[in-house]
Amino acid sequence: MKKVYKSAGDALDGLLFDGMLIAAGGFGLCGIPELLIAAIQKAGTKNLTVASNNAGVDGFGLGVLLATRQVKKMISSYVGENAEFMRQYLSGELELEFTPQGTLAERLRAGGAGIPGFYTRTGVGTVIAEGKEHKDFDGQTYILERGIVADLAIVKAWKADPSGNLVFRKTARNFNPPAATCGKVCVAEVEEIVPLGTLDPDGIHLPGIYVHRIVQGRHEKRIEQRTTRKREA
Amino acid sequence: MAWDRNQMAERAGRELHDGWYVNLGIGIPTLVANYIPAGVHVTLQSENGMLGMGPFPYEGEEDADLINAGKQTITELPQTAYFDSAQSFAMIRGGKIAMAILGAMEVAENGDLANWMIPGKLVKGMGGAMDLVAGVGRVVVVMDHTSKHGESKLLHTCTLPLTGAGVVNRIITNLGVLDVVPGGLKIVECATGVTAAELRAATEATIVA
Repeated sequence: MKKVYKSAGDALDGLLFDGMLIAAGGFGLCGIPELLIAAIQKAGTKNLTVASNNAGVDGFGLGVLLATRQVKKMISSYVGENAEFMRQYLSGELELEFTPQGTLAERLRAGGAGIPGFYTRTGVGTVIAEGKEHKDFDGQTYILERGIVADLAIVKAWKADPSGNLVFRKTARNFNPPAATCGKVCVAEVEEIVPLGTLDPDGIHLPGIYVHRIVQGRHEKRIEQRTTRKREA
Repeated sequence: MAWDRNQMAERAGRELHDGWYVNLGIGIPTLVANYIPAGVHVTLQSENGMLGMGPFPYEGEEDADLINAGKQTITELPQTAYFDSAQSFAMIRGGKIAMAILGAMEVAENGDLANWMIPGKLVKGMGGAMDLVAGVGRVVVVMDHTSKHGESKLLHTCTLPLTGAGVVNRIITNLGVLDVVPGGLKIVECATGVTAAELRAATEATIVA
């Protein structure tokens, strides 16, 4: 079985359909599957529900799918930094399911681990808890949150081997592993595909069992907030 | 007279204990990293997936793969560890982070916190704030005591949507330090040049002796 594809478009061939649920890795613009997002824009798939911590910025990341109105609904924890998102949301064109960041990460992890729901203290007593089952354990109140199983997971890693084992780099790991595991199919884009046997088996961040297709490509890796300090003289 | 932003951050720095793992929010809480007392070693967590957050990089050394929860470029330290967001919030929810220092729009006398949304105006999202206040050992809020119009932000009841119910332990404002205790807020100390009477006069929330 061959997992390596020539382009992001090839890697998504046959996987996209209107109205599907996609889980996307990334935090802000860090570690986002920018090549696969561009390929989905090109494919024109519509009425997407996207589970992703953020919604990109105008013109980059998931922002490009918002610009083309391909997204029907976002499941996110933070959607600032995107004027087009705000416009579509406030005018009612775009649905939004706010999910606390840790709850979102755990919903993806749980979905991938065969756990349909879990109880958490996060959000108890807030609007997030409205309509959700409440249950007390050991004198504390918790709410029930549902696991997410996506039709497709799109993630970005640093290195892959041809069997789909992935290694991430620094904070670009973020939501990528939990997003990858919750996909019925997972496509990973990487900066480098290395020969079998060159990744340390003890240093694999995500085993290839979760990764069905891989594509290597060049990444822009845009920085959202460039902050520096002065060099001492 | 009252504390400025840096003096508030310095006062918040005195809340840190040696050996603690701590999460600092965006705004004044981020400045607390500049005021960690001598001899106190704390490890800063960034909830996108990092323990051991270092300072901003030198110009030309920014790395797009290395950012904090505010999406700013940062650096790593010798003790740094990286992990995914599910594990990051597992350690938050699991009570492994000793303290979070956060900003606030409103705090109520029962410890309710509102810092994520102004209906119809600001709808950016809660990010990790709801998880942090529900999970960490201690929540310290750093905020201005009053609005631009002089109205108290320390209230009987929050008017904005909550981030967490009954979650705040201590409040540090430009006017002083208050603890959330049964029955209301208790004055711990007054800012330089501020009297207890002035602090009380600027506070809507019930102040208990």
